[in-house]
Amino acid sequence: MIQDVVLVLTLVLMGALMAVFIVVAKSASTEVVEYAPVQKSAYSIRSKFFWVLLVASLIITMITTVDLPYAATHGDTSVAAIEIDVEGRQWFWALGEHEDIHAGDTVVFNVTASDVNHGIGIYDPSMRMLGQTQAMPGYANSLRLTLTDPGTYKLLCMEYCGLAHHAMISEIEVLGN
Amino acid sequence: MNNSTAIAPLPGSSRTAILVYLSISAIVFVLMMVFGTVMRMSQATWIGVNPDLFYQIMTAHGAGMVGISGLAGSVVMWYFLRRYVDLTVGILWANLGLFLLGVVLILGGIFLGGYAGGWTFLFPLPSNSMGLWGVSGAASFLIGLLLIGVGFLLLYLDVARAIIAKYGSLARSLGWPQLFAKSDAECPPAAVVAASMVLIVNIAGILAGAVVLVLIITNLFVPEFEVNPLLTKNLTYFFGHVFINATIYQAVIAVYEILPEYAKRPWKVNRVFLAAWSASTVMVMAVYPHHLLMDFVMPTWALVMGQVFSYLGGFPILVVTAFGALTLVYRSGIKWDMVSGLLFLSMFGWAVGVIPAVIDGTIAVNNIMHNTMWVPGHFHMYLTVGLVSMLFGFKFYVANLGEKTSGLDKVAFWLFAVGGVGLSLTFLLSGYNSVPRRWAVHLPEWVSYSGYASVVSALVVVTVIYFAVRFIAGLKGARLA
Repeated sequence: MIQDVVLVLTLVLMGALMAVFIVVAKSASTEVVEYAPVQKSAYSIRSKFFWVLLVASLIITMITTVDLPYAATHGDTSVAAIEIDVEGRQWFWALGEHEDIHAGDTVVFNVTASDVNHGIGIYDPSMRMLGQTQAMPGYANSLRLTLTDPGTYKLLCMEYCGLAHHAMISEIEVLGN
Repeated sequence: MNNSTAIAPLPGSSRTAILVYLSISAIVFVLMMVFGTVMRMSQATWIGVNPDLFYQIMTAHGAGMVGISGLAGSVVMWYFLRRYVDLTVGILWANLGLFLLGVVLILGGIFLGGYAGGWTFLFPLPSNSMGLWGVSGAASFLIGLLLIGVGFLLLYLDVARAIIAKYGSLARSLGWPQLFAKSDAECPPAAVVAASMVLIVNIAGILAGAVVLVLIITNLFVPEFEVNPLLTKNLTYFFGHVFINATIYQAVIAVYEILPEYAKRPWKVNRVFLAAWSASTVMVMAVYPHHLLMDFVMPTWALVMGQVFSYLGGFPILVVTAFGALTLVYRSGIKWDMVSGLLFLSMFGWAVGVIPAVIDGTIAVNNIMHNTMWVPGHFHMYLTVGLVSMLFGFKFYVANLGEKTSGLDKVAFWLFAVGGVGLSLTFLLSGYNSVPRRWAVHLPEWVSYSGYASVVSALVVVTVIYFAVRFIAGLKGARLA
């Protein structure tokens, strides 16, 4: 799950940064030293820190931009998929006719809106979000997902759209093989 | 950094204006935090708030926090910048007057007119409420925002005039001769460099905001006047991103000016510092597409640029400002009191808030985190623990309360720190569990997260009320130079 990786990475990095701040704050009450040597060491560390961050950013960017979720919107039909037209309206999702979906099928949600901006989030049966896209009047975004588990998937509105935004929930069934 | 011997005495009108700004911002922060806590308690089902009122409160909370952060940040910048350039106090008052007039219209639009379209006013929601609010409510809100923008525009134009009059150009006030031409001339002070960056990005941001507001207001009264939703969304997020980030870039001047006094070490403006601020000038504007990563129809290059600049935008904060503060404090013998403590805490809040923000700027992550509670999780960290700490550190400095730090102050400080970090973590935990943001009513399985959030949110409110009372009660001893 991406969510698990994101949470662990976030907490580890936040914790490490907090530790640095605590150590430095506590150092203030230890022996006072001249600033020039501290600065010299700090600038050296900063230079290394900068390059580590830069290289890490470049590597992560290269890895994470190989497979972007935008292909289906920009005309990529190379992956066979069940297509479902979805139109967001205040405050429900109008789903077009579609064939039965079985676990493991790839689905493309062609999403638009007829009144205001909405956002569609696809939640798996355990209510973990699998992916999302915006639903905007006059535009169509195509969200391609593979639904691996059988069960009831929920479609939640992810862009604030007025009074019953929180009630804008639909369902699709994914059948077992 | 702070050459107090060269500082001219502060005229009475400037002194009054600054104290009025600071007092109003202290009170409004408390009120907006109460709104935030009410929302979390409602989501936790501890209290009953109807969805129509919830979304009105949400709109007021968002617009109010952005606005008051801008007002408070601008006066921190103004206070220090006037030590180096000749600013116009009448413009400072004019900005406050337009701000208050705008606030009246915004509150009227929300609580009398029923407007609940969010601070983002994403077109066409302001004109398509399904009967929840009318043209007058939406127009009142949007015109109120426009007036506030006009006030800030005047302020930043005056800042630009004053800086250019002293330094000759914004290139010089950003230190480009020292950065690019290896000039041996003394670098501009940090306050001048920061103010130059802020005025550039904020004038651009406010103008973009004004354009989108005028487009939507025109559509309200002349529905045949068609507006493109994707264009307005771009303009809204360019304005919103720039403006809220600029609040911190203004308030951080307090750290540059005050922390060295405490550490008895200089915060030297060097080429790395100048490079960081020039880079931030570009990146704060160029990064805004990361708010549109889920608008798949946007050009892919723009969205990838949003990710790249999300990463790079964290560099100046982490590598220069936060690192600079850590270096300044390390084994300095700094005396910890409410001023130095809050300013140091603010550096932590800003830097640590960058982490979940940058991670969410990754397109693959944004695909499962966008518009979940993860988003308020990161910005509550750098706005509550970062910005609010900066602002109250400055307020306590102005009110001369540092040396008068009491045991109760220390308790309040730590409760605020725990509450602020806890508030952010509860949002992040909800985001991890895919809870959408801006939902008045949560599904049963999500309610417990809001319960935890209500506790820490209430803790923040109580401690900030204490800070505000302490500041206002201490105004008689204010030192303004």
